Amino acid sequence: MSVADFAFYAFALIVLVGGLFTVVSKHPVHSVLWLITAFIGATGLFVLLGAEFIAMLLMIVYVGAVAVLFLFVVMMLDVDFAALRAGMAEYLPIGILIGVILLMELGMIYGVWQFADGAEAARAAVTPPLDQVENTAALGMLIYDDYILLFQLAGLILLVAMIGAIVLTLHHRPNIKRQNVVAQMHRDPASSIELKDVKPGQGL
Amino acid sequence: MVGLEHYLSLAAGLFVIGIFGLFLNRKNVIVLLMSVELMLLSVNINLIAFSRFLGDSVGQVFTLFVLTVAAAEASIGLAILVSFFRNRGSIDVEDVNVMKG
Repeated sequence: MSVADFAFYAFALIVLVGGLFTVVSKHPVHSVLWLITAFIGATGLFVLLGAEFIAMLLMIVYVGAVAVLFLFVVMMLDVDFAALRAGMAEYLPIGILIGVILLMELGMIYGVWQFADGAEAARAAVTPPLDQVENTAALGMLIYDDYILLFQLAGLILLVAMIGAIVLTLHHRPNIKRQNVVAQMHRDPASSIELKDVKPGQGL
Repeated sequence: MVGLEHYLSLAAGLFVIGIFGLFLNRKNVIVLLMSVELMLLSVNINLIAFSRFLGDSVGQVFTLFVLTVAAAEASIGLAILVSFFRNRGSIDVEDVNVMKG
């Protein structure tokens, strides 16, 4: 077994164990941490497959942003997570049943398929040899050339998602004192100071 | 020698784990969202593996877009979750009945 094979099995084990414990963990914080483990395993797999750019992107976007977002939300919500797990044993058999059926369906095609004769010719963008163009550069040429419209639309999706998330969660509480900088700066002595003539020996 | 079918089997296993999670955590929306993320990850593994073994870079481009949509989905889903929790004080799926749907 070569080193690459060993690395594949190690990363595959990390991904599967991470995924399984994400699903069955008692507390959502543990779920998020196992999810991060699964993503890191997948990053290793992507590096093995020669897709370094996607691997690093997965690390930054998923581990760095999405998983931390999950972590923030889990910690922010004051929920009794034990109560949410109450009916879990009830759903366990049907879950396992559906899982096994689906796995069998997917397993049926194992080893009985092959690439069609025209598959090689039908490739939309043949990967250039690695010694001429490295993966990230090849991907960049493709994104900024053939798929520029989709790339821009992906940016638009992210913009809409960002605005949507802000609109959904932003709310102004009416009974809270806030600092009004403009009002503060427009105060002058005439409107805010009053001089009193205090007689000696007396208070106001 | 690790071939395409190894990667496809792994992705199938991960996808099934994701679906298993959907059934197991029927009440906890956070874990439901995480299960969906797992399923999208398995799809990404499929795309990258095909891209590598067929020698076609387009698979990686589409992985990029799946990643984008998954990030957008997670952020919007969690935002809805937070505003739902603010209104109802619960994240149980069975409490999502404000609109009598």
